[in-house]
Amino acid sequence: MSRLLQALFGRLPIGWLQLTHSRTRFAAALAGVAFANVLVFVQLGIMQSMATATLTPYGFFRADVMISAPDANAMAEGGNVARQWMLQAMAHPEVTSGMGLFLANVNWQRAGEGLSLTTFGIDPAQPEFLAPELAAKTAPLQMRMAGLLDRLARGLPRDEAAGIRPQAPLSFETSGQTLTLYDSFAGGGGFGGDGYMLVSDQTFLSLFPGRSSAAPDHILLRLRPGADPERVAAELRGLVSDKTLRIRSYAAAAQEDLSYQQTQRPTGVIFGFGVLIGVLVGIVIVYQVLSTDVADHMREYATFKAMGYGHRFFLGIVFEEALILGLLGFVPGALVGGGLLTLMGRITTLPLAVTPGMVLSVLAGTLVFSILSGAIATRRLAGADPADLF
Amino acid sequence: MGDEDFPVQARALNYWFGRGEARKQALYDIDLRIARGSLTVLVGPSGSGKTTLLTLLGCLREVQQGLVILLGHELHGATPALATALRRRLGFIFQAHNLHESLTAAQNVMMGVQVLGRVDKARAQAAAAHVLGLLGLSERLDYLPANLSGGQKQRVAIARALVGNPELVLADEPTAALDRDSGANVVELLKRLGQARGTTTIMVTHDNRILDRADRILTLEDGRIVGDEARGG
Ligand SMILES: Nc1ncnc2c1ncn2[C@@H]1O[C@H](COP(=O)(O)OP(=O)(O)O)[C@@H](O)[C@H]1O
Ligand SMILES: [Mg+2]
Repeated sequence: MSRLLQALFGRLPIGWLQLTHSRTRFAAALAGVAFANVLVFVQLGIMQSMATATLTPYGFFRADVMISAPDANAMAEGGNVARQWMLQAMAHPEVTSGMGLFLANVNWQRAGEGLSLTTFGIDPAQPEFLAPELAAKTAPLQMRMAGLLDRLARGLPRDEAAGIRPQAPLSFETSGQTLTLYDSFAGGGGFGGDGYMLVSDQTFLSLFPGRSSAAPDHILLRLRPGADPERVAAELRGLVSDKTLRIRSYAAAAQEDLSYQQTQRPTGVIFGFGVLIGVLVGIVIVYQVLSTDVADHMREYATFKAMGYGHRFFLGIVFEEALILGLLGFVPGALVGGGLLTLMGRITTLPLAVTPGMVLSVLAGTLVFSILSGAIATRRLAGADPADLF
Repeated sequence: MGDEDFPVQARALNYWFGRGEARKQALYDIDLRIARGSLTVLVGPSGSGKTTLLTLLGCLREVQQGLVILLGHELHGATPALATALRRRLGFIFQAHNLHESLTAAQNVMMGVQVLGRVDKARAQAAAAHVLGLLGLSERLDYLPANLSGGQKQRVAIARALVGNPELVLADEPTAALDRDSGANVVELLKRLGQARGTTTIMVTHDNRILDRADRILTLEDGRIVGDEARGG
């Protein structure tokens, strides 16, 4: 390491020698930086999985515009939308089709634990509103009380879920009725439920007798190819009589749901703050280590100044130390953070994982903030006055 | 005779510490010219201004009033860049060794080579080993300061000041921490450098044996030069 730095700087790696001079202090400093990294990794991982989980259901459908109730901040939130607005919207020349989307949670009481399945009711005659994987499997949904099950649902043995086929269906009781699962798809447990289920709108209404076919939860619209969803959504806001409705492009609806989860919901805000606190802890630790180090070497630095070393040399030492702390603290931090996330992912079956993007951004962030702390610590260098040495 | 014959010159040099009411004059009307290659010793009671004069001549303190010409450069209003460049041509030996605790003896001395620019590590090491050898420390190259005696540390500091072939050496009681033989050895080394390379030395000391080897003895009292005696050396 020392040789590498020597070659790199063309001078003695003073920063490295100085940092490693006291082994215990160096180890404590690295542990501190690693700890900050673990905090950031875990919080970011949770935020990332929240984003994945929030966007997963949007991936089930193919739509250009979504009409939702005024209070529908998220897909699973808010009231109903009257089907009449769909008919009104379809008067727009660029809207080619529309479908009501129903949504509610179905409980599957299994031996031991219950499974809460976020269940979508769709029109099986309009498979163009579904992602290709789902569209190919809608045939059985034409039958009454038929469903497709999320094989990644939490609390469901993987082989049992994967064994569900049209030739080998699986039935279960819910609120006094028998529902039969004919096939499965890849969804995944989220924060709002253990997994997903897809049924026909008719089946949905049988399961939830209180709901009316005239009032789905959302309305999905498809547009003529090449139409701009943002522009059409804006025009529809003028066209549809109920001005309180949220009429957004499907992509915008997904993004707004995500930012709502991350900035308005307490969980999102808490994890966001966690990242901030991790970053602050890191900055404070690196600053503390570096400024103590500068203070401890005031006489040595003053001597170097007397010998003719300029300000750049001292900045170089401090930044060298900042980079060493950042880099060497990052490695164990990333390993422990990644390990913790994997472990948490196993326990919760949330999509918790360290992505390459996360590794790169945390590494970049660590280096940037280390250098920033170093820059603050260099202000103390001005205190090294060679005139005081004699 | 031009500036090259007198690496240090001062004229009508005054210096004050503090401001306003607390302002106190430490140096009065200093005039001096130090000849190249000579060993000048500064003596005088404690508080007479020896250290203050040394730091002014060595560009470690800003000139307030009067003239200091160091290696041909006027110091009054010198830019930090000029001050830094001039310091590289000097060798400072402080009363305290001020070695860097995490660098070995050889590495501490190498710092005195490295300041002159990007140099090959092997050459810097060889230069450091050579000077440490002259000071009797060949066996201690890889020791950290914590494992050296007080006198050894001071000799490392002297090696660090001399390794860059300074044109002027400024030393403040450098032999205080040294035993008799080491002290004498250091002075002989400085005298040799003076003859061989024209290295000029100004040293504060009360060591009689060094006074005997001086070319010139300047006596300070209350901030004034009150005695200037040329010696045979
Ligand atoms: N940093 C300082 N601030 C204020 N007064 C100082 C400072 N350094 C030295 N002095 C004063 O200047 C005078 C000369 O000090 P100094 O040059 O250290 O003398 P010497 O080295 O001969 O003992 C003394 O009266 C001392 O008290
Ligand atoms: Mg003094």
